[in-house]
Amino acid sequence: MKTWEEVPFAGYILEPGNAESYRTGDWRSRQKPVINQEKCTFCLLCWIYCPDGAITRRESKVEIDYYHCKGCGICAYECPSGAIRMKSEAEEA
Amino acid sequence: MMARKVLALNGDEAAAYAVKQCKPDVIAAYPITPQTIIVERLSDFVADGELDAEFISAESEHSALSACIGASAMGARTYTATASQGLALMYEMLFVASSFRLPIVMSVANRALNSPLNIWNDMSDTMGARDCGWIQIYNENAQEVYDFTIQSFRIAEDHRVLLPVMVCHDGFVVSHSTEGVETLSDSEVDSFLPPRTPVYPLDVENPVTIGCVGVPEYYPEIKYQQEVATKKSIQTIKEIINEFNESFGRNYDIIEKYQMDGAEVALLTIGSASGTAKDAVDEMRAEGKPVGLLKLRLFRPLPVEDLRKALSGLKAVGVIDRHISFGSMGGALNMEVRAALYEMRERPHVMGFPAGLGGRDIRVEHFIKITEELLRIAERDVLEEDYRVVGCRGPGCIGP
Repeated sequence: MKTWEEVPFAGYILEPGNAESYRTGDWRSRQKPVINQEKCTFCLLCWIYCPDGAITRRESKVEIDYYHCKGCGICAYECPSGAIRMKSEAEEA
Repeated sequence: MMARKVLALNGDEAAAYAVKQCKPDVIAAYPITPQTIIVERLSDFVADGELDAEFISAESEHSALSACIGASAMGARTYTATASQGLALMYEMLFVASSFRLPIVMSVANRALNSPLNIWNDMSDTMGARDCGWIQIYNENAQEVYDFTIQSFRIAEDHRVLLPVMVCHDGFVVSHSTEGVETLSDSEVDSFLPPRTPVYPLDVENPVTIGCVGVPEYYPEIKYQQEVATKKSIQTIKEIINEFNESFGRNYDIIEKYQMDGAEVALLTIGSASGTAKDAVDEMRAEGKPVGLLKLRLFRPLPVEDLRKALSGLKAVGVIDRHISFGSMGGALNMEVRAALYEMRERPHVMGFPAGLGGRDIRVEHFIKITEELLRIAERDVLEEDYRVVGCRGPGCIGP
């Protein structure tokens, strides 16, 4: 961690667009969304609803970006085909 | 190109004239007594084409300072002025301006706070804002207002400082009193105050983020950096004042001494009361009383070492605050002077004298009574009261 002499002037952020490097995935406390790709219809509602842009859209499927996913569960709630389930981190591990 | 000349200006007009010569890019303000004359004159200068600045008439002081913060972040030379309730309404944004390390110069014509409604002078406004990270400079008369308005831009914009500055003068006593002010020529001001060179201006080509979240893991480091910069600015302020003195034949300091040779007790004043106190000191010196005067110009950052040096060897000091910090030991200046001296082996007794509240006159007789009290304290080597209010009828006070 940087000392007071090393932190940027007045806490300015001098590198544009660096919010992406902030690991908000650390904020998940208990549960994380897991996608069953067989049930997924690629409707993209999860991709639209995710408040943190943590659903990554690929050619024909979606993936969850756990580096940024805060585990809010909105994607699982909105998924019309029940393809996303919230699982406890412990269970996953 | 105007030559140096003496103009009849009141304190507000002196501030406005100085600001005009400093060529701010942006002025955002809301009028409030007794500061109103400043922004009236500045809006005249802009309307008449004498000053090429963006003049923003904000809908409140909170908005005025917010506009200044945006302008200064863009790299503009930025100015505002306020007083009393206006400064109180700015309070939230005061911290933002200083924490962003944005040079902004703000004149404050010191005025009491409600209630009761009072438009007259005391320092409740700026003293109440003493912990918001701004540099605070207090002036005795219109000449000082003029000179230190110019210096405040240099101080604020200096890359070793980069902090906003309140340049204060007492409402009505200074703001509305016309005096002869020796002004500098435009070219002299230009040579002393070059255009601002911003460090991290908001710029789409080189984007920066200002005002992001500071989580507990980083907040103390960012705040301590600010504290170090604020403390260090004392040295830069001294250098800039010395340069101004040498360039223009002035004789200013952050603590000014008057009749201190052989003084055993001293009055410590701030702002316009210093002038009256000097007359009182002259009168008492003529009677052989060993009293002198110290005038504090820089209250934030507080020049702790300089205060210790200036007050050492004295037997008693009376600190004349122009406000009360309710429920403590009188005024903030009294408390801070006492705190600064506490660890000195040989220290004077220090008693506070909050005076001139809400525009009550502070007269020569008051300073004589204060000095008599100080001489008694010195003689008996005992301090019985932390403070006593001056200019108030009734028991426990030094009367009107």
